[in-house]
Amino acid sequence: MLYDVTIDGRNYRLGLERTDEGWRCQLDGREVLLDAVLARPDVLSVVIEGKAYEIKRERTATDLHLWVGGVRYAAELRDPRSLRSRKGGAGDDTGPRKLIAPMPGKVIRILLQEKAKVEPGQGILVMEAMKMQNEIKSPRKGTIQRILAAEGANVNAGDVLAIVE
Amino acid sequence: MGKRESYTLESASPPVPMFKKILIANRGEIAVRVMRACREMGIPSVAVFSDADRASLHVLKADEAYHIGPAAATESYLKFEKILEAAKRSGADAIHPGYGFLSENAKFAQACADAGVKFIGPVAAAMELMGSKTRARQHMEIAGIPFVPGTSRGLDSGEQAAQVAEKIGYPIMLKAAAGGGGKGMRLVHGPEGLASALESAKSEAQRAFGDGEVYIEKAIVNPRHIEMQILADEHGHTVYLGERECSIQRRHQKVLEESPSPIVNPDMRGRMGEVAVRVAKAAGYTNAGTVEFLVDQEKNFYFLEMNTRLQVEHPVTEQTTGLDLVHLQIRIAAGESLPFRQEDIGVRGHAIECRIYAEDPDNNYFPSPGKIMLLLAPSGPGIRRDSGMYEGWTVPIEYDPLLAKLIGYGTDRTQAISRLVRAMHEYFVGGIKTNISLFQRILRDPEFVAGNVDTGYLDRLLKTSAPAAERGDAGVAVIAAGVFEMLEPMGSSLAAGNGSAASAVSGWKRAARTEAVSNT
Repeated sequence: MLYDVTIDGRNYRLGLERTDEGWRCQLDGREVLLDAVLARPDVLSVVIEGKAYEIKRERTATDLHLWVGGVRYAAELRDPRSLRSRKGGAGDDTGPRKLIAPMPGKVIRILLQEKAKVEPGQGILVMEAMKMQNEIKSPRKGTIQRILAAEGANVNAGDVLAIVE
Repeated sequence: MGKRESYTLESASPPVPMFKKILIANRGEIAVRVMRACREMGIPSVAVFSDADRASLHVLKADEAYHIGPAAATESYLKFEKILEAAKRSGADAIHPGYGFLSENAKFAQACADAGVKFIGPVAAAMELMGSKTRARQHMEIAGIPFVPGTSRGLDSGEQAAQVAEKIGYPIMLKAAAGGGGKGMRLVHGPEGLASALESAKSEAQRAFGDGEVYIEKAIVNPRHIEMQILADEHGHTVYLGERECSIQRRHQKVLEESPSPIVNPDMRGRMGEVAVRVAKAAGYTNAGTVEFLVDQEKNFYFLEMNTRLQVEHPVTEQTTGLDLVHLQIRIAAGESLPFRQEDIGVRGHAIECRIYAEDPDNNYFPSPGKIMLLLAPSGPGIRRDSGMYEGWTVPIEYDPLLAKLIGYGTDRTQAISRLVRAMHEYFVGGIKTNISLFQRILRDPEFVAGNVDTGYLDRLLKTSAPAAERGDAGVAVIAAGVFEMLEPMGSSLAAGNGSAASAVSGWKRAARTEAVSNT
């Protein structure tokens, strides 16, 4: 199998093949001595040229992360022969910015109204989850274009609460 | 405290009948903790659970379980009638309240007494006195206990708050009279922030405790928060079990606690312990309790409040004294005398507790409920893990984000720290965000290692940027990404996060068995 993998913004070409003896692995054209077994779902034991690693995989509908030791790598995996790809989280920095609920919870208070000017980091509304109140802050300087959440409303993680532009 | 001697936990007084069955009016790790003690003592345990907790660990660990209502705590874990009804139906003759919820509710303690069920904790009168931080201050003033200047009564109005604050001088601290755990608490630096802080403290207190009373204390800048564990039986014996250093807090929520405190020597321990015992006696206190002190830079200590319950951080005291506080709570409630005297109690070694919260360290520590997709738990020498989670369990949004406590014990502080660093390396919780990485940082921080902590420590640490992680293993991650895709493709049903209901249930059972075997 051939994969294009992006980690920390750098692209790698990975060739992997299972043989009777184990694995054949090429990383960017270089032969790597690899041994790998799936220890349990989402946990891999990898031995590369004598060095042993326990690697954990975390995935959501949109993201793929790999933990090597205590370090978390956002990964994107593509099969160069197909259009199918696995994305690692990406943000859109241009245009109006959405204020996203970072967790499921309840909107307790709306602090600013539509058309109000905001500074970066200024609180726009207050959410409560797990008994803690948290201010949801503006991601940028601008004007509140819309407020989509109502006081007292229950929201899910990822819901758009307001739009700042 | 005297030297450590061997003593027996058998009571010298005539044997008293033990409880037939104990209901645990709580959830999460503390419910599991109490159930373990019950099982060790051969007492059947009864769980209660809300709609959100049917699959929670405490229900799996109990001998009996009763549904008590919807997810909202006000409709379930805080409802007297439902809990007492479950006690009646199960035939439980005692209730352990854990911490939070009804644990410091004197009316509930009284309702238990009226229903003929023993409340494992102090009597209602002592709780009422200490449970109201304002009344406790009035009482301790009379008993001559040193405490922080401020009001001993709740605030009636914003104008009154402004006057008092002006008189004692800013910065001031607003605190919920019924409070605990940082809820309903605000630091105010000047008059301009007072009105909004008072309003939000009151509304948070009302929401958390059903009581919006808030009072003012002078804020001692960057104090240490050190507390003293006490135990009192119902025959007039009261002892102290040493201090816990609880200065490492975020938004007034404790994050890491240790015993002994790096700054407390035997002389100071003795003086603090004696004051703590005096506080408990002045209140007619029985069972386990904690006297909290603020300690300023000159090591003067001021009485802050008394927590009339088992504390979250009780395990560090258990590790250093070798005592089991929940066993002792149950035995005291059953009417036994304390099986030791003050001079029998010794402190040996060093213990540190890390509170594992469902919070996102990369997103300002927002709560991060959700499904735990992967759980790798640490074990090995000097590691104790009190956990309420398991792989496949969905962390509900309705309750406190505390998932588990990891306690490291060593012959000295250095060893306790190195064991925790090692254990944090083994610990992995996938699918939700946790604050494990925060502990990797604290435990390696030179200021923490030197014991230079106060209540402002964590905020200062978090203002500095985290040391950049070594990202030299990107190539390994690349290879792993490919190997995973070949062995266990992301789209496969085996690997899919949200399986069918049937497979989810078997996953829970499997994980629960794993927990049962590996939890030590």
